[in-house]
Amino acid sequence: MAARDQHGPGAPWPEEGAPELAATNRSSAEGFRAVGQSMRKLEGLDKATGAAVYADDIKLPGMLHAKTLRSPHCHARIVRIDASKALALSGVHAVITGADLPTKYGVIPWTQDEHALALDKVRFIGDEVAAVAAIDEDTANAALKLIEVEYELLGAWLDPAESRQNQLTDERPAIHEGHKHGNISKRVELEFGDVEAAFEAADVVLENDFYFHSSTHAAIEPHCAVARESADGLLTLWSSTQITHYVQREVSRVLGVPQSRLRVIQPNLGGAFGGKSDPFSLEFVVCKLAQLTGRPVKMLWTREEVFYAHRGRHAMNMRYKSGVTKDGKLTGVSADILIDGGSYSSFGLVTTYYSGQLLTGPYDFPAYRFDSTRVFTNKPPCGPKRGHGSVQPRFAFEVQLDELSEAIGMDPIDLRRVNDVGEHTETVNGQRVTSNGFAACLDAVEEQSAWKERRGKLPAGHGLGVAGSMYISGTNYPIYPNDMPQAGIQLKVDRSGLVTAFTGGNDIGQGSSSVVRTVICEELGVDSADVRVVAADTDLCPVDLGAYSSRVTFMVGNATIDACRNLRKLICRGVAEEWGIDPSRVFLGRGEVFDTENRGNPKRNITTRRAFEIAEARCDTLGSTGSYNTPKLGGDYRGGSIGASPAYSFTAHVVEVLVDERTGMITVPNVWVAHDCGRALNPMLVAGQMEGSAYMGIVEALFEDHKVNRFGLHAGPSLLDYPLATSVDCPDLHALIVESIDPEGPYGAKEAGEGPLHPALPALSNAIFDAVGIRLRKLPFTPGKVLAALDEKRAREAASAEEAPSC
Amino acid sequence: MGNLNLKINGDHHPVDAPDHWTLLEVLRYRLDLTGSKQGCDKGDCGACTVLVDGKPELACLLLAGASEGREITTIEGLMPAHRAAGGTGADPVQDAFDRAGALQCGFCQPGMMLSTRALLNEEERPSRERIREALSGNLCRCTGYTQIIQAVELAIHETCGEPVEHPAWAPDQAPWGDAVSTVPGRKGTGSSDTTQGEQA
Ligand code: FES
Ligand code: FES
Repeated sequence: MAARDQHGPGAPWPEEGAPELAATNRSSAEGFRAVGQSMRKLEGLDKATGAAVYADDIKLPGMLHAKTLRSPHCHARIVRIDASKALALSGVHAVITGADLPTKYGVIPWTQDEHALALDKVRFIGDEVAAVAAIDEDTANAALKLIEVEYELLGAWLDPAESRQNQLTDERPAIHEGHKHGNISKRVELEFGDVEAAFEAADVVLENDFYFHSSTHAAIEPHCAVARESADGLLTLWSSTQITHYVQREVSRVLGVPQSRLRVIQPNLGGAFGGKSDPFSLEFVVCKLAQLTGRPVKMLWTREEVFYAHRGRHAMNMRYKSGVTKDGKLTGVSADILIDGGSYSSFGLVTTYYSGQLLTGPYDFPAYRFDSTRVFTNKPPCGPKRGHGSVQPRFAFEVQLDELSEAIGMDPIDLRRVNDVGEHTETVNGQRVTSNGFAACLDAVEEQSAWKERRGKLPAGHGLGVAGSMYISGTNYPIYPNDMPQAGIQLKVDRSGLVTAFTGGNDIGQGSSSVVRTVICEELGVDSADVRVVAADTDLCPVDLGAYSSRVTFMVGNATIDACRNLRKLICRGVAEEWGIDPSRVFLGRGEVFDTENRGNPKRNITTRRAFEIAEARCDTLGSTGSYNTPKLGGDYRGGSIGASPAYSFTAHVVEVLVDERTGMITVPNVWVAHDCGRALNPMLVAGQMEGSAYMGIVEALFEDHKVNRFGLHAGPSLLDYPLATSVDCPDLHALIVESIDPEGPYGAKEAGEGPLHPALPALSNAIFDAVGIRLRKLPFTPGKVLAALDEKRAREAASAEEAPSC
Repeated sequence: MGNLNLKINGDHHPVDAPDHWTLLEVLRYRLDLTGSKQGCDKGDCGACTVLVDGKPELACLLLAGASEGREITTIEGLMPAHRAAGGTGADPVQDAFDRAGALQCGFCQPGMMLSTRALLNEEERPSRERIREALSGNLCRCTGYTQIIQAVELAIHETCGEPVEHPAWAPDQAPWGDAVSTVPGRKGTGSSDTTQGEQA
């Protein structure tokens, strides 16, 4: 079966018989039985009762506990490490350092610059230096204190602008010595169309500086890994990862263990948001320690360590220039972006591309250029956080759009409508756009927020703001180039009536295993209680690339349809043989199996379970596989495939804000989030993703700031010092689902996990402008910044009032 | 015999543990009651919330020794207590959380559900304000709290028939599936009769 099959967005058997359920939404009206139903999650009750097993819940006989020694310096050479005293401590079983795991790794094959434990140099405060395995955590902690490390301190790079200047000296060498561009991690410059001419043609051109601070994932579950090696050298690693497959690849390479002898299992995962999509030091370390000691080893990071390991949102300094005609048509956009990458590459190559490549929708503009530079600094490494690389530029651009609409006197929603790129088209940088529900998203938030009646008319201190965005549903570019499927799945069925799916897809709480179940229920007509999903175990499941880039629903969903249709063919063949009819006459769905041309014959109207029995007897043991790979996509230029996606999702937000002009305090009572997810396979899960995204965006704008002090020390690595919103702080979130029915998505579905975050921050800034007339272009929006901007505004107004009489 | 004697979910547990161990460490690493989660180990996140004499407390801040002689309820205790009272399925709070989509990664939720249980034991029909307040010690990073609050209101609805608002994404219907839990002596648990937007 070809991997790039198109299944079409329709229900498998819409025409056969009236649906038994009253149509409650678009999908059920179209004849779907499981799709469109808000089924509870596959593992929900296990989570509800405390039975679900997460990595730190695993306890193996004889298990040792490991701890990591971390660097107290942000940039230093390691002159000497002496672990002998630690090793001599009773209860300590092994101590390892960089020399034990000297192979470099990194999630992107071209930029591997990390060591499981520092080999010769440390690059941020918290960098991993050594690890101890001991009978318990207390002993391991005591042993860490006995490890002697001598450092030679080097000058620190903490300002990204200095890193870009790259003035290297002996006292302050490059963070990665030998890197061909010094402290420049990656630079991408691309230009499409004639940008200078575009600005000439505009009636209004605005140019402003924006700043997006760094923020972190702060999943409530800290990273944890457990490893065991059998006597014959089979390694098993349980890890709180969202990318089982890449962890298997990297651990195998660094440890020199063939992939076939390394089993990686992701237990239940306590949140990720991109924060568990790199291979991490602890995964290599527990495997190595298990090998050395012959005992299972666990490492659980403390909350403080999670803050150091980071991989969160990159801080960006951005200069945007955009032109617009009097009628609101964008003529061109130009962006210069400096990205603070922290100390390692991680996904940085992709981040740098994404910072420019993902801006070219939902608006159409004929000319665009960007110049993005990611630099290394001696800070915790940045990586992908929900909305990887594109949340920051989106913030800047959507605030600038608001300013442009103000300048030409056009309603900001109308300005966005005028520039809607539309469906079945191509963006200025050559990305294919198919389905597009952006216009419907704008309509939905406009109506639900009572925008027309309220925007610009609310009392002082109370405002509404809008913003839009577009995001990828998976990327057609796998992280390492290969022609194999991006998503594979396997089904097993037997006479019990149970269908079991084996998927490499990582369910990180977003519900991807439940999506697999919905598809199976739809395709095979079985009850949801008769479906099990085994996920993210490299020994049992076919390869899937993991939960990142919002790829899972689209790719795993399509692979599941593929596998179901293969299996259905087999079952229908068996039943047709039994009945002596052509397989095309066998209907299988909605829990029943019958002969479409002889429905009245009770002998030819059987249960699905009976059909499985017949097929098992006639076709032997039943099973099937399915897969998905992307079509070839992307612009015909270097980097043109980065940001190319088989489908794009679209979002619009209206944020309502209250600004207290005396204290500078901002409260957000309501956020309306309209998101085009193609088709909502499970509306409750889609809404959960939309609400979680909107919350995360608002909170990072108001509360969060992942920063270091002048020594490179984290400003407050705890959930108190790095505050997250509680149930009292959180706005009322109104998730408005828009379904554009994508031609290539599974039944028309697209992503919902990351796109809905983007507009939250600019819509908030735009709402603040509506409320009190200040433009906040620099995040986060602290009370101090609000007060300063209000003072500045008053001073400006006073100055112009003074000038006025003399004119 | 252990150096500690704890009463957890109705059972007496003699436990041997170092004096400096917290209740959370004893629950997770001595008694294998791993439903109580550790998100920070310093009182900031609420994932370790257990009920001590019916009140929510942070197990990571409570020395195990200090909880001797007190009734401790962990998330593992809710379903058996519900069954012992003649119910089926799980505690209606657990069931409602599952049906309303409140359990994304689920890591914060044992604490969240115990805080909810304590609230509902105290007050039959808390207002939305009260719910927000009662859950404000439990951080959730996945949901934005909206489906959690809906879950609590769904549980209240099913316990005492209080009308429940439909979510914005399903304005015309109550989207939640049927309950698996029943409560003895109460009819109608699991019904999805709801009234749109008529909350007092
Ligand atoms: S683990 Fe107890 S409050 Fe976080
Ligand atoms: S469900 Fe994941 S933290 Fe609350």
